[in-house]
Amino acid sequence: MTDIRASSETLLDTRAPVKRDYTQYIRWLLLFGGGLLMIMPITYMLSTSFKWPHEVYNLNLIPEEPTLDNYIHVLEDGRFFRWFINSLIIAVITTISNVLFDSLVGYTLCKFKFRGRYIIFIAILSTLMIPTEMLVIPWYLMSQSFGWLDSYWGIMFPGLMTAFGTFLMKQFFETVPDDFIEAARIDGLNELQIWWTVAMPLVKPALSALAIFVFLGNWTAFIWPLIVTNSQELYTLPVGLTTFSVEQQVEWELIMTGAALATIPTLIVFLIFQRYIIRGVVMAGLKG
Amino acid sequence: MATLSLRNLVKAYGTTEVLHSINLDVAEGEFIVLVGPSGCGKSTTLRMVAGLEEVTSGEIEIAGRIVNNLEPKDRDIAMVFQNYAIYPHMSVRKNIGFGLRTSKMPKPDKEARIDEVAAILGMTDLLNRRPAQLSGGQRQRVAIGRAMVRDPAVFLFDEPLSNLDAQLRTQMRLEIKKLHQRVGSTIVFVTHDQVEAMTMADRIVIMKDGHIQQVGTPQDVYQTPANMFVAQFIGAPSMNMLPGTVRDGRLNIASMTDIAFPFTAVDGYDITMGIRPDDLRIGGEGTPLFEATVSVLEPLGSETLVYADIGGHEVIARASGRTPPALGDRVTLVANPEEIHFFDTNTGEALR
Repeated sequence: MTDIRASSETLLDTRAPVKRDYTQYIRWLLLFGGGLLMIMPITYMLSTSFKWPHEVYNLNLIPEEPTLDNYIHVLEDGRFFRWFINSLIIAVITTISNVLFDSLVGYTLCKFKFRGRYIIFIAILSTLMIPTEMLVIPWYLMSQSFGWLDSYWGIMFPGLMTAFGTFLMKQFFETVPDDFIEAARIDGLNELQIWWTVAMPLVKPALSALAIFVFLGNWTAFIWPLIVTNSQELYTLPVGLTTFSVEQQVEWELIMTGAALATIPTLIVFLIFQRYIIRGVVMAGLKG
Repeated sequence: MATLSLRNLVKAYGTTEVLHSINLDVAEGEFIVLVGPSGCGKSTTLRMVAGLEEVTSGEIEIAGRIVNNLEPKDRDIAMVFQNYAIYPHMSVRKNIGFGLRTSKMPKPDKEARIDEVAAILGMTDLLNRRPAQLSGGQRQRVAIGRAMVRDPAVFLFDEPLSNLDAQLRTQMRLEIKKLHQRVGSTIVFVTHDQVEAMTMADRIVIMKDGHIQQVGTPQDVYQTPANMFVAQFIGAPSMNMLPGTVRDGRLNIASMTDIAFPFTAVDGYDITMGIRPDDLRIGGEGTPLFEATVSVLEPLGSETLVYADIGGHEVIARASGRTPPALGDRVTLVANPEEIHFFDTNTGEALR
């Protein structure tokens, strides 16, 4: 036994030392730097939300006298709750609408062969190239004509369907074999039933990814809700938070507290669906 | 169970015609196999019967009813796809029961029907599993179950065994055949595998380039092929083809052999002689046909495939596995005259 162990140790000793891969450290360092950059604003947001007003411009991360007063103040202010609900209503409805209608259009463009299909798809895609800032004025004029100014409908209508969502869903439906659709057709389902019962469950990862994108996009939307709303009761959370800086002075501690509270739903949504969002982004990338 | 008739069925994509006036009558309870190489139009024919492709012209009749303008669901057919097309998000029970979703049958009857089909397919224990938890053969059985559950007039199978490994394919072949014997439904089965066609069919339809080449029982198409394509497509290894020319009323092949044939032909007429490797033996009883040199040997155990050279033409013969010839041997190839086929070299048609 001893002999064997000795010989194996000898063998180990004669092995060439493993060459260290220093580029790995550089990669870690870069990632660490990137991570730090990303986490800094969030850390300051949280830190400021626990500070007294006189301490706001002090850049220390740990408040000297931490306080929950800002949270109590914001939560006791009825407006915050109202804005929170407004944002929630808008984000939820636009998300449901996008999941349904983007996938319906994506499915139609993918699985039905009809004249002009390609042109329609290109037309939808081309709208991706127009920045929101350019669309705001036409949207406003439309809202005015339809009498949608200062209403939920006015805030929501531009986002009820998106070109990106349609594109994403079309690409995902490409992965659903036609055999599934044809088998269902033979089994007697109508086209709407096939879409809902067969195709939709097969693209769940894409639906989840789309739901997250749309929810986050609408939860944080600022420019359009700011333009289309006049009454404070209809403000969304990001718009409402700015009133802390307009009406009195800039109350950073309250803005940061509101922002910290506003991130909670997005964090919940992300934590629930994160495995889908990663898969969704990867697959959208591959297919696109 | 029902009859199926195709009359002058044509399919064209734009100006390109891919199916040319197909005529076929399938009897009630018949197992018919459409076979042919890729692009021959067999799947297109099946999909037209299913209603998944539009008919350019001609008629499709199922159980005495023209179905050209009916939706797939109204044709009383069920189809099994090459990729199974069973839904990964549903259990086996839901997959099998899927065909009954739109049926007005009461729920307990539906459940009983699903159980009955599962029992026939030996899948009772697997009803609560998801497709991901099943093997390839089991998945294919689920697909068959979904087709069976509706008790359709005609079953359509579109290359259902192509995705299975060789052993499983043989097993499923047997199972489908047994199933047909048990339920006695009319079946149209598409495959590119001639072995599947031969082993399963009551009648085989051999197709090429959108034309039917021959319709007949497996014995018919094997023993009396209508043309050179059928002769070479059916049977493995495929039939030896030796082109020759008529001289003085006898067939001259490879400028070395004179062969008598049972019909008259003018001098200079080009005739191809066909003989199956099974029928070409080395020595023994029969008419000596050729002197040949053994060039390659393929031992298969019970027998040996002998590749032999006849004046520049290679032919395949079979020899006993126990006493095969050696490489380079000069051998005499013999056959019975009734096992020899003759074809018009120019048209490819069989001469009888």
